[in-house]
Amino acid sequence: MNESMDPNWLGEDDIYRENILDHFKEPRNFGEIENPSFAHTGLNPVCGDTIRLFVRLDKDKKIKEAKFKGRGCAISIASASMLTEHINGKTIEEIKTMQKEELLELLGIKLGIVRIKCGLLSLNTLLKGIEVMEEENEIRN
Amino acid sequence: MKDFSKDFPILKNVIYLDNGATSLTPECVIEAMNKYYREFNANIHRSIHKLGEKATEEYENARIKIANFINARPNEIIFTRGTTESLNLLAYSLLNDIKGRNEIVLSEMEHHSNLVPWQQLAKEKGLKLRYIKHNLNEVINDKTLVVSVTHVSNVIGVRNDIKKIADIAHSKGALVIVDAAQSIPHMKIDVKELGIDFLAFSGHKMLGPTGVGVLYGRAGLLDKMKPFLFGGEMISRVSFNESEWNDIPFKFEAGTPNIAGVIGLGKAVEYLNDIGMDNIESHCKELVKYCYEKLKEIQDIEIYSSKNSSLISFNIKNIHSHDVAAILDKHNIAVRAGHMCAMPLVHDILKQSAIVRASFYFYNTKDDADELIEGIKKVKEVFA
Repeated sequence: MNESMDPNWLGEDDIYRENILDHFKEPRNFGEIENPSFAHTGLNPVCGDTIRLFVRLDKDKKIKEAKFKGRGCAISIASASMLTEHINGKTIEEIKTMQKEELLELLGIKLGIVRIKCGLLSLNTLLKGIEVMEEENEIRN
Repeated sequence: MKDFSKDFPILKNVIYLDNGATSLTPECVIEAMNKYYREFNANIHRSIHKLGEKATEEYENARIKIANFINARPNEIIFTRGTTESLNLLAYSLLNDIKGRNEIVLSEMEHHSNLVPWQQLAKEKGLKLRYIKHNLNEVINDKTLVVSVTHVSNVIGVRNDIKKIADIAHSKGALVIVDAAQSIPHMKIDVKELGIDFLAFSGHKMLGPTGVGVLYGRAGLLDKMKPFLFGGEMISRVSFNESEWNDIPFKFEAGTPNIAGVIGLGKAVEYLNDIGMDNIESHCKELVKYCYEKLKEIQDIEIYSSKNSSLISFNIKNIHSHDVAAILDKHNIAVRAGHMCAMPLVHDILKQSAIVRASFYFYNTKDDADELIEGIKKVKEVFA
């Protein structure tokens, strides 16, 4: 089977390489933030993964702290762990233009059409959270 | 059990243990469908030419084979897209005749396809949804409109006592629907013996193609029900303002059906009959028993399914089912991972976000079971 045939295609390298397993076993920024600027829950209905992201912004709308909680496969947990590290100090605008490839590069593995949902769950949850926050702000203003 | 692998070319490349999701298709079924497209491709029940006659004959022959397979009459067999459509048809069409009854009874192990249609119907029509726990005689009562239950759970492999449920339901005047998607590939089903009103199943889990399924209904009931889809084939007379319905089963088969698919399913039933449903059932159960004992010896494995079934559902502690399935896939073993389209059961009762399921069929062997066990050990090594 080659890449195009196999929806679970995991790339030439082993998907369960050291950095993925490391972030899965000891996820960074795992936990909650009290009184976050916003928090959002994302679901991956295919595998039952749930990720709740908490974000605190500073006065310049830069990310001061991001944490997450949830249950999921090694790919989704590792991706959330890496994402929370990666976005520190970025502005909301920077995140909104962040390409999914940026996160996939951090993961360092190529994901097929099925597992990519796991790999992008954290980013999609973050983007949806920003969207909801901005909608609420608009209503308030 | 004889070696059937030569009939399933895919088995050369993979150890296929995802039969609960869909079974493989034998060469003879593929050939039967190809034959329709190559030799007598025509629409049915309307074309006067030879091709149309041949196509109609083959299509209706399949209906007879399938009717015999479950001890029904041909006019009680309605072809649909699958179990999901069969159940949706019932949820839509049965409502004509509520007569003050306002409760729908389901089991807690339903697949979403036998839960969501009823749940949404209940919301829309203000009906009450009730779930069987250990209270059959209380939960089924004279307010019950319909009892719709799965024959065999796609998650835990448990087989429900349909006869008993049907007896109680009928004594209270309720209708009985059985979701046989998981059971019909694995055991002899006789609708008369079970004493049920409706049976829904899919072709693709019993060697047939995807996109074709069956709804069996007792003729007297089907006659009274309103059609689900309107269009060609399902009418007897149409004027600009009025229409009259065709007889059953055609009343429920609007539009050009999946002709090749139905013919393929007819062939699949023939193939299954040749092997014998009892042989299939005992072979799969034997493999599962074998696997079950081996799995129990491995540390950190939690098994959720019945030992007496054709599937085995489990988790390895602290390893997500997706990771288990992906690593098994690396070793060319195909299993299912996820919530199995039965979220209430998996999340609320088993308290798992997802599980791994290996589901067997008659073409699987003891070697396949051994490979699975070895694969699981390798998964544990990766996460050790």
